[in-house]
Amino acid sequence: MSAEQPLLALAGVHTHIGPYHILHGVDLLVPKGGITMLLGRNGAGKTTTLRTIMGLWQASAGEIRFDGRNLAGLETPDVARLDIAYVPENMGIFSDLTVRENLFLAARQGPLDNARLDRIFGYMPALKTFWQQPAGLLSGGQKQMLSIARAMVEPRRLLLVDEPSKGLAPTIIQNLILAFHALRDDGAAILLVEQNFNFASNVGDTVAVMDNGRVLHAGSMSDLVADEALQTRLLGLSLDSHQ
Amino acid sequence: MSTTSVASTVEDLPVAPRDWLPVLLVPLLILAALPLVGSPSTWGTLTIAGLAMGLIIFMVASGLTLVFGLMDVMNFGHGIFVALGAFVGVSTLTGLSTWIASPSFAVNLAALACAGLAAAAVAGAVGVLFERVVVRPVYGLHLKQILVTMGGMIIAEQVILALWGPEARPMMRPASLQGAFFIADVAIEKFRLLAVCVGLTIFAGMFLLLNRTKLGLLIRAGVQDREMVEALGYRVRFLFIGVFAAGSALAGLGGTMFGLYQESVTTAIGAQMMVLIFIVIIIGGLGSVGGCFVGALLVGLTANYVGFVAPKVNLFSNILLMVLILLWRPRGLFPVAKR
Repeated sequence: MSAEQPLLALAGVHTHIGPYHILHGVDLLVPKGGITMLLGRNGAGKTTTLRTIMGLWQASAGEIRFDGRNLAGLETPDVARLDIAYVPENMGIFSDLTVRENLFLAARQGPLDNARLDRIFGYMPALKTFWQQPAGLLSGGQKQMLSIARAMVEPRRLLLVDEPSKGLAPTIIQNLILAFHALRDDGAAILLVEQNFNFASNVGDTVAVMDNGRVLHAGSMSDLVADEALQTRLLGLSLDSHQ
Repeated sequence: MSTTSVASTVEDLPVAPRDWLPVLLVPLLILAALPLVGSPSTWGTLTIAGLAMGLIIFMVASGLTLVFGLMDVMNFGHGIFVALGAFVGVSTLTGLSTWIASPSFAVNLAALACAGLAAAAVAGAVGVLFERVVVRPVYGLHLKQILVTMGGMIIAEQVILALWGPEARPMMRPASLQGAFFIADVAIEKFRLLAVCVGLTIFAGMFLLLNRTKLGLLIRAGVQDREMVEALGYRVRFLFIGVFAAGSALAGLGGTMFGLYQESVTTAIGAQMMVLIFIVIIIGGLGSVGGCFVGALLVGLTANYVGFVAPKVNLFSNILLMVLILLWRPRGLFPVAKR
């Protein structure tokens, strides 16, 4: 992990949803300009962690700091305005709006930038084809691309992405990996929730593994990929069996 | 990646076909009514009356459908803004009695504009208060919303009774808008024609706002997925308050227009319209302004045609219309895709 101050730091974060205690003291660091994979089985608390960072659910205890600023008590729009983009698991596409309108709303600071659009279309050509079509007509994979494209229309400092590879064809996944790497190269940090270890190992620089609402392991992705015993202990499966 | 700009060519790409089928129901209903009514002149008169009534219902219902779509708020008290608008309209027109009596069409129109604006302003302001005091504490609690908003309506009705009294108040139309003129034996009431013009203007304004502005896109997006709009950095709560106030203001304007349509106002005018309003927003598809427009026209036309052809059936004609449409499209004519 980088010695530089992390962009995002969670310390002892607890989250309750109604009567349920979901996060039990999450500690997590996301370095600047890197891709951090958040792994874990279903129900480990990965999505809740992202939603808590975004302010969609408020942390009941603990501290979330973004670039040194405490996010406690901030409402979701205020968190988003710190240049944090969120791509939810359900993609959050506005089905009745066209692809163009979906991207237009994501461009908070002004009109759509053509250079950025060219770049998005390079990775996701289907979005150009369906530019004027209602987003509800897109396939599942195209909707996923649109939801990620929304996070790319303007420079963002941190992207929170929830299971982007779910149900996608391998060629689309390859383009997604390229897009995430390009965003990282532009200086954005990405916190990416994923179940597909093969995808995660190709994308991530660092990794955190969650279970039962806690982070069990944090370190570099290359170390986890190299240590099959650790994979088996943390994820229950080795990388080989995922391939 | 391409070195030439591909972004510049995207506007030339084909657009998705629109679903025109529900819109065709309106001309189909109008044409189907001709043989049933028999006399073309009566049919013409009924059609104008139905369109006028439908567009007044649209004014009142459009705000409610957006309020429901945007925040999942079931406001059973919406009728109070109609009643309030109607009574403010009566009082304003009473105060402008010399303008009303003037033979000048422009002066008459100015009186109506003043009444409409006053009704919209008062209803809009009360709407903001109603949202703050009655609706906000019960966000997300549908059963409580029904109880609390109905309770709010009962209280507000009593306030109106205390302020304006229990008697029905006659609402005189301005001199130049009384009576009818004839086009090829078709008697067209002047006020109804004006109501059609006002309703169409409001629909056009809403259509442009919702489809051609960022604010409109945000409202439409918020109706589909409020949480995602917030995650993009926009405050849906402020948007909702604005929509609630605008919806209340339109209901107030609709109240004045409906009072003039009936030429009298009672405190029950709001409750009386609520049944029609709910039928319209269910027919149209909850949250859909376009659906609300088509639904309102269908309800207005059906009420007038059936009232003439088979008055006894008129008691349940709108319910029958709703049942038929829901059998065809169970989520309404233009269902809004929700998350």
